[in-house]
Amino acid sequence: MTGDLPRYIPHTERDVRHMLDAIGVSELEELFACVPEKLRLARALELPRAASEQEVMAELGRLAARNASAESHDWFLGAGCYAHYVPAAVQALASRAEFYTAYTPYQPEISQGTLQTIFEWQTLLCALTGLDVANASLYDGASATAEAVLMAMRVTRRSRVVLADGLHPHYADVLRSYLRALDVEIAPLGRAADGRSEPVEPSVDERTACVVVQQPSFFGTVQGLRAAAEAAHARGALLVAVTTEALSLALLRAPGELGADIACGEAQSFGVPMSLGGPALGFLAARERLLRQMPGRLCGQTEDAHGRRGFVLTLSTREQHIRREKATSNICTNQGLCLLLATIYLSLLGRVGLRKLARINYAKAEYAKRRARETRGLRLPFSAPTFNEFVVAVPDSGAEALARAQAAGIVGGLDLAAYEPELGPAVLVCATELASRDAIERLMAALAGSGAKR
Amino acid sequence: MSDPRSATGGPERLGFATRGLAWEEPLIFERSVPGRVGYSLPDLDVPDADPADAFEAEALRDDLADFPELSEVDVVRHFTRLSTWNAAVDLGLYPLGSCTMKYNPKVNESAARLAGFAAAHPLQPEALAQGFLELVWRLERQLAEVSGMDRVSLQPAAGAQGELAGIMMVRAYHEHRGERRTRVLVPDSAHGTNPASAALNGYAVATVPSGRDGVLHPDAVAAAMGPDVAALMITNPNTLGLFEPHIAEICEVVHAGGGLVYGDGANLNALLGIARPGDLGIDVMHFNLHKTFSTPHGGGGPGSGPVGVKNTLAPYLPVPMVRKREGSEGTGYALDYEFPRSIGRLHANFGNVGMFVRAYAYLRSLGPDGLRRCAEMAVLNANYLLARLRGRWHVPYDRPVMHECVLSDRQLEPSGVTTLDVAKRLIDYGYHPPTVYFPLIVHGALMIEPTESEPLEGLDRFVAALDAIADEAARDPQLLRSAPHRTRHARLDETRAARHPVLRWQPAPSS
Repeated sequence: MTGDLPRYIPHTERDVRHMLDAIGVSELEELFACVPEKLRLARALELPRAASEQEVMAELGRLAARNASAESHDWFLGAGCYAHYVPAAVQALASRAEFYTAYTPYQPEISQGTLQTIFEWQTLLCALTGLDVANASLYDGASATAEAVLMAMRVTRRSRVVLADGLHPHYADVLRSYLRALDVEIAPLGRAADGRSEPVEPSVDERTACVVVQQPSFFGTVQGLRAAAEAAHARGALLVAVTTEALSLALLRAPGELGADIACGEAQSFGVPMSLGGPALGFLAARERLLRQMPGRLCGQTEDAHGRRGFVLTLSTREQHIRREKATSNICTNQGLCLLLATIYLSLLGRVGLRKLARINYAKAEYAKRRARETRGLRLPFSAPTFNEFVVAVPDSGAEALARAQAAGIVGGLDLAAYEPELGPAVLVCATELASRDAIERLMAALAGSGAKR
Repeated sequence: MSDPRSATGGPERLGFATRGLAWEEPLIFERSVPGRVGYSLPDLDVPDADPADAFEAEALRDDLADFPELSEVDVVRHFTRLSTWNAAVDLGLYPLGSCTMKYNPKVNESAARLAGFAAAHPLQPEALAQGFLELVWRLERQLAEVSGMDRVSLQPAAGAQGELAGIMMVRAYHEHRGERRTRVLVPDSAHGTNPASAALNGYAVATVPSGRDGVLHPDAVAAAMGPDVAALMITNPNTLGLFEPHIAEICEVVHAGGGLVYGDGANLNALLGIARPGDLGIDVMHFNLHKTFSTPHGGGGPGSGPVGVKNTLAPYLPVPMVRKREGSEGTGYALDYEFPRSIGRLHANFGNVGMFVRAYAYLRSLGPDGLRRCAEMAVLNANYLLARLRGRWHVPYDRPVMHECVLSDRQLEPSGVTTLDVAKRLIDYGYHPPTVYFPLIVHGALMIEPTESEPLEGLDRFVAALDAIADEAARDPQLLRSAPHRTRHARLDETRAARHPVLRWQPAPSS
């Protein structure tokens, strides 16, 4: 209400008077004497006046209501951000303020909750990727990919990057942004008829720092990592395996076992809300010999003065606050809250549940593909196996097909016209455990339009 | 273990924290019991499909060895217990300098969890995301008004990425003008991210010394300027908590040499409604939504680091931006990729949208008067602490401060006690320690930022604790060297962690 003090600030006028006296000034204004008069703002900020909590929630509620969501629609849109069910315990635990109102665990004796969680997350990531060391610092899959490439360039002291086909186009954009200033040659590959990348072998040379392969690809196809790894290693280059759908790691063989030296990408699927794409959960794991070139925060095990196990941030001599311009990266973040969600999520799903969930996703997508094959007007242009996402060619245009789905209460996928016009009218469809059989069937009918057979 | 007594009160009398049960808890993997289930999955309503029919055996995983098997109760107890081992803003004062650990309002959390934000997708059609686009449009404009910048991109996911975005725009600006500039100037008091961000974008970094009064002087900048300097990165107020009084002249020096001035917005909290970086001559800056605008720090992230620019740099902003539709296009908002000189994309999508919602809720809750009150009370709190601590502690740059004050370890020297020991002893009194050993230009720095969230009586208790520790240092230095005494863990061996890195759990080898 007008005249009330903001509820987040505890000072009464009496407190203020007492404090000013202790400081030895008479007015609040005097505290700002160090700001030259001519540099001060001579007016009030032109912002909407303060609203009550009730009004703030109502305003944001109105804005939120104008966005479709996986709760208001049947959902088949993935392309790097995935709609999965999140068990209630995940948000309940992550809502503990001891977690979310803490900061980077600089003081380990009073940050063991955060630190042990990071250590557990690093362990889970190593298990998923088949690699030795993992960190907790990447903003999202796109910047994680850029950091992985920079890391490969530091390790090999080379500056050429081979991009297998099927890297998420936004990831490729971010990679180009990061590399623009650095005189790096980027060699993109074409696509084979089955929807996978052309073989990388002919493009790898002695100047190549790394080969980047997304698995599954942007088009959902599962690529052959082993051959790419062998081709890279034969020329002294590294293989960077990227994934945008971390749940696929529960079904597919770990990239580390197939020869990848760095695995990176996006782990939003593990209990992190889609939230229009952020905050997300970038990850990066690598072979132990690459450890000193890793970017970002690492948590390590140690002991306290009484010999009890505990955890600390470690190997920080790689980092910006110590090394400044010689650091491996400028990253200061650890993605603490998102990795907490993921660690809780993976602990609940566990060794058996996560694989079952991956199988459910696979079965839903396989059924959706079958329906597409059986629906007149629809076609699957790619034959390579997929996980939970695939391309459907539609009869008229992606936009029109998706508009028909939308009319049926379905967000049906991504129109590929803006990304891959040469594919012709096509839609990238993702079926997770949220997709019901009925919704799958209605989606395929809608995508096909009047050409569909019943 | 017993808590050593202290004649001046000690934590038993002066501290906020007392004893309580501290739960033991192993690693989640060590709790695993084969056969336990913490998930519940629906029955398949479609035919099952065997991946072995489509994939070669080599492509498929055999097992998720090392993953735990636990019931929901196990998992809930595990993480609830872990949470009790953390200090947090909701538990008490967390005066980490430069981090602005202010209170994180609960309504922000409620708003971010609305399904129309939390369960919405970055690539859904614009027509189905109008509420989101409008939120971005409004927040951009509010941040521009607060900072005096012309345009703001919300895309950078953290302050450091905002710095990188800013430096990329600086590079693009110079290149577009056909100039090749190779150096970025950074004051010796700067955050480590500044030089790291410049280096990540291929710049050589040159350090500019602060004056004896702790601030940057135009002649020092002029001496370092040259036709190869692309930008100066400056933090104002600086990391000593001092307003840079010569900022306008410094900006003129850099501009006269053809360079640009980058503003590190980490300490913007002190300036809300008081002064605006854009009015001081800053060309490009980042905001930390997780500092100034109350979004939670989350144990280290996610942050959010929007970048603001003057119109001269607007053509280089990351894409997509958001624009309001006009004229024949109809109404509403649309994504805008029409920035031909853009530095491109920095995030897979739009940045940390969940943080936009929270920051927007905060701006709306405070309004212009409330924001100014934040700055006033933050500055009042820091100066009050300085006034109360000045007698017992050495203040290397003893001048009126803005949002934080910095002490050195000089008073401790006779006792042999270090800044780290003081920090660890503060824990026994129930406080998260201040930032230590930063800025680098202060020996044994203790950098204290109380923020506006802390009430008077809380500051008084904090001062009493620090003064009691000063007494303890003189009388019983070993008490500090072996602190903390009241935590679940005694001091942790960071050297050992770095020397013998153990970065993941591994099962004990089976016999």
